[in-house]
Amino acid sequence: MTVIVFVALLLLGAIMAGIIGSLSGLGGGIVLIPLLTLVLDVDIHYAIGAALVSVIATSSGSAAAYVKSGVANIRLGMFLEIATTAGAVAGAILSAYAPTSYISILFGMALIFSAANSLRKKQEGILEESSLLAQKLKLDATYPDGPNTQIAYGVKNVIGGFSMMGLAGLLSGILGIGSGAFKVIAMDSIMRIPFKVSTTTSNFMMGVTALASSVIYIQKGYIIPTICLPVLVGVLIGAMVGSKILMATDPKKLRFFFAFVIVFLALNMIYSGIKGRI
Amino acid sequence: MKITDKTIQYIIGNLLKYSVWIVLGIGILGGALFLINNKDATVDYRNFIAHDQSLLEVLDDVFSGIANFDGAAVIYLAVILLFLTPLIRLLLSLVGFMLEKDGLYVAITLTVLAIVSFSVYFGFAH
Repeated sequence: MTVIVFVALLLLGAIMAGIIGSLSGLGGGIVLIPLLTLVLDVDIHYAIGAALVSVIATSSGSAAAYVKSGVANIRLGMFLEIATTAGAVAGAILSAYAPTSYISILFGMALIFSAANSLRKKQEGILEESSLLAQKLKLDATYPDGPNTQIAYGVKNVIGGFSMMGLAGLLSGILGIGSGAFKVIAMDSIMRIPFKVSTTTSNFMMGVTALASSVIYIQKGYIIPTICLPVLVGVLIGAMVGSKILMATDPKKLRFFFAFVIVFLALNMIYSGIKGRI
Repeated sequence: MKITDKTIQYIIGNLLKYSVWIVLGIGILGGALFLINNKDATVDYRNFIAHDQSLLEVLDDVFSGIANFDGAAVIYLAVILLFLTPLIRLLLSLVGFMLEKDGLYVAITLTVLAIVSFSVYFGFAH
């Protein structure tokens, strides 16, 4: 394939990935890795490097919005980043030595899990009393609901949530994805944090988690400029288009459609991994 | 003016937003340079070739590439700058917690920074 054809195809694909990532709330990396490996015949390690670029770009690009809204819990994010960065460093080192077929199968399974999770019922109750450890760590906070209302919430199961975050970081390091689904589960199902706070804090944390694996990816040679640039440009365009579509339509109707697309991609990755075609 | 979480977060938010635009600009410049010089080249990324370079060696290659107007090196610089944006976020948070005299969170932020630095050391074979 000539450089021009490759760059043009990848740019189009990355725009699609950015749109699907922002509409489904799962992030661009989840579509990029199957696109690069199954369609463009790129080794999964290079695909992982490019996916990480897209994770950092979308996380940093949208951070301003989270900050203004005041929903993300900064202390909670910082505390849990100890777990995600430690997991990410271990994951990125593992990833360099793991055979591509294993990575592909693991990616497929993480994808199916994320798709199923996007259809799950959300945590709605608000915890009033924090556990002792959560109080010591000053994790309880408030978030704005409407112009003049602040909702206070408590936090519990700090150790359980922290461990789940370590796993999320590990997967993020192995696969180059943001593993938002796992982060949200750690916060909303285990620590009983309101869903809105969980998702925004998770997005806020992604950049720093990715930073821990990015250094290792650079040193191991995962970063190929010709792959990373079309991905960076495409995903950012896609995310902008996606947020426009989100404002105009009801994403709930699209949710089943995206879950279906993602399961299809996941099965392809698992199949290719088992057959050793990847 | 009192420094609060909000002030620090506002600065961080804007900084991240603008740095993504700067990264995009440098990247596109490098991309154009690359395509002009390599328009007939073919690509093959089917096999992963593992490298074992320290961060400093990578940076050295990038800067000598830029000095030779190598488009790929310019793109690489943009990617490195992008990877630095969360680091800037961490450092600003550290300053914020220090100004608030929140010793516990200064320690927590330093721990996260230590883990990230650890990856620089252990990310390649010695």
